[in-house]
Amino acid sequence: MKDISRRGFMGKAFGAVAGVGAVASLYAMKKSWDPLPSVKAAGFTTLDMSDYKDNELVTEKWRGKPIFVLKQNAEMVETAKKNPKDMERLIKVGESYYMICVGLCTHLGCIPGYNPEEKSFLCACHGGMYDATALVTKAPPPRGLDIPPFKIDGTKMVLGEEGPEYKKMLESGVTLKV
Amino acid sequence: MAHFTKATSVHDWLNQRLGIDTVRRVMATEYWIPKNINFLWAMGMVLAITFGLLLVSGIFLLMYYQPNVATAFDSVNYTIMREVEFGWLWRHIHGVAASVVFLIIYIHMFTGIYYGSYKKGREMIWISGMLLFVAFSAEAFSGYMLPWGQMSYWAGMVITNLFAGGSLHADGLVEWIRGDYVPAQAFLNRFFMLHVLLIPLAILGLIGLHFGALRIPHVNNQDGEEIDFEAEAAKYKAGDKKGSKVIAFVNDFMSKDMMVVGFYLIFFFYLVFFHYDFAMDPVNFDPANGLKTPAHIYPEWYFLWSYEILRPFSTDIGLIAFAFAQVIFVLLPFLDRSPNTVPASRRGLFKYWFWAMLVDMIVLTAMGKLPPEGIFSTIGLYAALTFIGLWIILPFITKSEKKA
Repeated sequence: MKDISRRGFMGKAFGAVAGVGAVASLYAMKKSWDPLPSVKAAGFTTLDMSDYKDNELVTEKWRGKPIFVLKQNAEMVETAKKNPKDMERLIKVGESYYMICVGLCTHLGCIPGYNPEEKSFLCACHGGMYDATALVTKAPPPRGLDIPPFKIDGTKMVLGEEGPEYKKMLESGVTLKV
Repeated sequence: MAHFTKATSVHDWLNQRLGIDTVRRVMATEYWIPKNINFLWAMGMVLAITFGLLLVSGIFLLMYYQPNVATAFDSVNYTIMREVEFGWLWRHIHGVAASVVFLIIYIHMFTGIYYGSYKKGREMIWISGMLLFVAFSAEAFSGYMLPWGQMSYWAGMVITNLFAGGSLHADGLVEWIRGDYVPAQAFLNRFFMLHVLLIPLAILGLIGLHFGALRIPHVNNQDGEEIDFEAEAAKYKAGDKKGSKVIAFVNDFMSKDMMVVGFYLIFFFYLVFFHYDFAMDPVNFDPANGLKTPAHIYPEWYFLWSYEILRPFSTDIGLIAFAFAQVIFVLLPFLDRSPNTVPASRRGLFKYWFWAMLVDMIVLTAMGKLPPEGIFSTIGLYAALTFIGLWIILPFITKSEKKA
């Protein structure tokens, strides 16, 4: 009887030591899979907004992701004004309106292509479509293309910093945080 | 301590220390296989041989492959393909085997479904087999990342995005899996590790479990007959080989098994030498580019059916349908409520269920390859709904099945 309880104690003691070790090593393993600090610190991208031409899609790069910049022409702004949801998504720099977003389909992350004649985006992977402000017009994407954090600085734009215009967009749910 | 005597031969010396005669008897000469089977029973051995081919060719590829985003593409397409003597052979064996192994897995699976080889004590064989299917799928996916071409990159992007769980929007989890915001160095390195070590280890363990699960219930036969293996084995050992319903695994069964393997290997190497291109997507011969999606992203043929179940729906419903398709086959032994263990042809409605499922999966596979437009979208949607519907009605049609 004495032996059995002694073995029982040894078993429990080992269980406790092994349990602590297992939890600790799982924590270490989880942390080892985390993105590295150098990856996380991958800097900021600055765009000069006077470089862009009307209705011409330019793809920039921020944190390894493609960023769509589409300067809206007068006709596109007129179309956007008919739908407040479209207008909310445009960013005004100086007198011009720009659509800036992460160029990854919100369905499963393919890059949609832009058709300047029809002023719409088509994702070839699963057939999703977006209008010129990157709002969804055909499923499966659940929402419009996400807008990256931005800060307007004169005619320049810094991606990665959160300016007041971006914060407003986040609050009103125009975009999700990326 | 056991008593050892002076050995009379090398065989005796080993036998005293390792019991090799006992091992041979238990594993081979007295492991019993029913006589009433056909060539479809050789698919297990065909799979084992294919796994061996993957392992050997993989070892040679591993000597020159470089898991680095800057050099991976060239280490495969230049170093291995052009510089290494016979490097092309290992790559084509590896690529063709990775594709063909799924063809054989599907044949093996549907053989099991047809003959009811997942019931009456054979449930663990089925479950371990489906776990192997999952492990092979993960192995195929992680391997597909390694050449770091356009399809590698974008398949990696799309598949890891599935873990965001649609509206759950678990981007943190996706970034954790990738080790970066997008597939990059950390991603390539960790999938390399998974492909060459962790998943192969899991596969080896699961193969052991799969074989072990076979031991007690034994292999099924063409009529699902319950055989008294001990009585039949006794008959065989007494010399009545003709009257016995069983044969020994080695050499009786093995000789026929290897005959099928022989035919298979001729077919396999015909593909390796003359039609390896079917396993090599031309798009993947462009280096990975995070700023350009290929016009059509589609998986390898063996994933098309489940991809097509994801595609016609909105994100969340699509993900749920996809998750359903991934796990539902595991539950087959419990969803089939009939006690009958006979071929599907003798099972009333289940006969139609079997062929409907097989045809539906072929339709899903075909639609998955075509662009998601017009009539193909519609056919794909109905085929996906049929797949789900078939699984929902399975318990009902099998419950009302008459005793065969």
